[in-house]
Amino acid sequence: MSVIYLLISISILVAIGFFIAFIRAVKTGQYDDDFTPSVRMLFEDELIQKETKNKEESLKTEYLETQK
Amino acid sequence: MEKNNCFHCGLDVIKAEEIFFDDKIFCCTGCKTVYEIFNQNDLTSYYDFEKSPGATPQNTNGKYDFLDNESIVSKLLEFKENETTIISLNIPHIHCSSCIWILENLQRLQKGISTSQVNFPEKRVRITFNSATVSVKEIVLLLSSIGYEPYISLENYESGKAVVDRSLTYKLGVAFFCFGNIMLLSFPEYFEVKEYWLDHYRGFFRWLIFALSLPSFFYSASGYYVSAYKSIKTKMLNIDIPIALGIIVMFVRSTFDIIMDYGSGFFDSLTGLIFFMLLGKMFQIKTYSFLSFERDFKSYFPIAITKINPDGRELSIPIYEVEKGNRLLIRNQELIPVDGILLSEKAEIDYSFVTGEAVPIVKHSGDKVFAGGKQIGKMIEMEVLQTVSQSYLTQLWSNDVFQKNVEQKHKTITDKISRYFTPILLLIAFVGFGYWIFINANTAFNVFTAVLIVACPCALALTAPFTFGNVLRILGKQKFYLKNALVIEQLAKVDTIVFDKTGTITTNKKSKITYVPPSEIIGIGVQDGVINSETSTLIKNALRGSNHPLSRMLYDFLPETKLIKVDNFEEQAGKGIQALVAGSSIKIGSRDFVLHTHFETDNKGCDSEVELENTVVYITIDEVYYGKYIFMNQYRDGLAKLFQDLSKKYEIKILSGDNDGERATLQALLPKGTALIFNQKPEQKLEFIKALQAVGKNVMMVGDGLNDAGALAQSHIGISISENVNVFSPACDAILDAEEFKKLNFFLRYSKDAITTIKMSFVVSLLYNVVGLGFAITGNLLPLIAAIIMPLSTITIVSFVTVMSNYYAKRKR
Repeated sequence: MSVIYLLISISILVAIGFFIAFIRAVKTGQYDDDFTPSVRMLFEDELIQKETKNKEESLKTEYLETQK
Repeated sequence: MEKNNCFHCGLDVIKAEEIFFDDKIFCCTGCKTVYEIFNQNDLTSYYDFEKSPGATPQNTNGKYDFLDNESIVSKLLEFKENETTIISLNIPHIHCSSCIWILENLQRLQKGISTSQVNFPEKRVRITFNSATVSVKEIVLLLSSIGYEPYISLENYESGKAVVDRSLTYKLGVAFFCFGNIMLLSFPEYFEVKEYWLDHYRGFFRWLIFALSLPSFFYSASGYYVSAYKSIKTKMLNIDIPIALGIIVMFVRSTFDIIMDYGSGFFDSLTGLIFFMLLGKMFQIKTYSFLSFERDFKSYFPIAITKINPDGRELSIPIYEVEKGNRLLIRNQELIPVDGILLSEKAEIDYSFVTGEAVPIVKHSGDKVFAGGKQIGKMIEMEVLQTVSQSYLTQLWSNDVFQKNVEQKHKTITDKISRYFTPILLLIAFVGFGYWIFINANTAFNVFTAVLIVACPCALALTAPFTFGNVLRILGKQKFYLKNALVIEQLAKVDTIVFDKTGTITTNKKSKITYVPPSEIIGIGVQDGVINSETSTLIKNALRGSNHPLSRMLYDFLPETKLIKVDNFEEQAGKGIQALVAGSSIKIGSRDFVLHTHFETDNKGCDSEVELENTVVYITIDEVYYGKYIFMNQYRDGLAKLFQDLSKKYEIKILSGDNDGERATLQALLPKGTALIFNQKPEQKLEFIKALQAVGKNVMMVGDGLNDAGALAQSHIGISISENVNVFSPACDAILDAEEFKKLNFFLRYSKDAITTIKMSFVVSLLYNVVGLGFAITGNLLPLIAAIIMPLSTITIVSFVTVMSNYYAKRKR
């Protein structure tokens, strides 16, 4: 049953691992701004626009049509 | 008429002026250029996130020349090593996801920028770039050209990198780590199962728990020991004393328990308590990062100014290097940083930052101009009389109010309670100890420590932070931004309210405008007419091109009409505008400018008293006089009702820097007994507040301009009214959006309700204490009971205050 020493040590070590990750996150300023990342994570495809440009173009004209 | 909106900025587009480009409509070439820039760089998805998110770029001609000066630029930088440079710029226009997207893709627009990161709550962008490839000036100009003009003021000078205090986050993290793990390890003890394995490993579990509690006890709770020590030293009993006492006793007794193998100790309750209290502290801190409550003149003043050398060369120098006798060049929309004498023939100076009065004042060559004014129109030259720190306005900041450290000896409601709480608690503990010592010495020690443990006023200490935190959020949603939670208690105590007049109870957005048709005196020998819908259309269109505040006000005042193209538009500083609309020549402006052709001979008898005290604009169309518009101070909506309501409970006073021309109007509007004091200089306003405080009043000052800054700092609570909360407000305790001014009474009452809520929940938490003490004094406090009572009382209190403060907020406005 002395395996309990091993198991608890592992569980504490895992917890400490997460704790260190938390400290590092705070240190690098990830908790300073809690709003912008929520918006930023939704940007993705826009950067590789060149390939999809034609498709976008047609979408945009459609968009404008609906506007009129 | 078909109405279209600009694809870039969303403004209405006039048919005659619309620009059609790439199947999209733009209102001006500025907007079109921005679109072109984005289009060329494949950044048009800017327009996908939000409809018409842009701003029209402003003309920055020469405005940022000071960024050529290396020494100024180096003060703005956050970091520089070799060629890698980081700068943080404040951009007030940041308002939507499109803004974040475009600003984080700056590297696609400009070579040399490696990354840029937006901090949305603070409206800042942090740009990392290669200083060999691109200069700060180029970046600023690029931002301006796409409609995101950065706001650079004297405040940025030598600001460097702000130190962020993250210790509370660390402490909370540590406390949660310890609390969570200890809870897990404590489970076997809770069930008290007599099982061989559990008994066998009990020592191991207990010592592990002990080790885990150390960081929480020594690091996370350290703030409470420091605070308790300080309050004992100053002989003020605050709530942190029983907390610190409880924590320490709990730790010592628990350690003792496991050493002697009496039991498992109270480590679970101990770490839970620390965690919950830190959570409360965290909840109470609600910062409006985009607002600044510590603003002084520095955030209004520019960082550099153009100096004219004796040989005629122009040179950008930092403001602090301006010396007496220098000649300065002030461009359109630039702020005058120092007192001086006007050298140019004529200038129009807008003192709205200082006084709240939006109508510019005309100055002539040789007149004295004061710091804080903004030049409107052509550029002017001036000679310096005083350096920045000695100027009329900035001298205010050398007053003691701004020097002293604002650590107020203010007693919070929690501290007041704890003044009684601590002695009573100690008394109960000693009485319990005294009773049990004759029966069993061992139990006596247990009872003594148990009393201190169970009475540790966790719930009591949580009440105020959670109530205030919630109230702060509710008020923030209603556009009343408080600096911190202490302000709520102060608000509830106010008994005297002092208002500034101009810009505070009057609005500087829309003046009350009355139209006076040509009277008989003026009409002698002159053809005149009355404005009808047709002529008003002409006037409105003529006004459209003008940025003068009076033009904007009159433009808003005139009824909505169709848009006509304007020709030969001409604006003369201090005089008026002249334009050709649909073939009619229109002149709008001052008396001299508009009418001198009509009556050079007959100039007497028309300047009635009304005209001297108010601002008047005259109008002619095709040389025919069409009467005048009189601008009067417009009081804010609901002012009369607000003052009626307030006067029932508070003493109201009005301070004004103006003359007493409006005394009669104000007296009619305001309840009887309102004191009106006119002709007050900034220092006098400060002294006035001081005098009120000297007779024991709790004064709240409501003001807006820089000239109120002294009074705002001196008063118990300074509230600054702001038309645009993002940009300007002097140092204060709270910022109120001008739109919500009429709700002031509701805010004051709500702050009182918050105090009531706190008092009620004090009763609830004391009830828990009585129950806990019942266990403690009879010597029956088991760790399990403590572990149940503690979180239970916390949850009750937190939900109680949240429900109550929301209820009060929803109650009749």
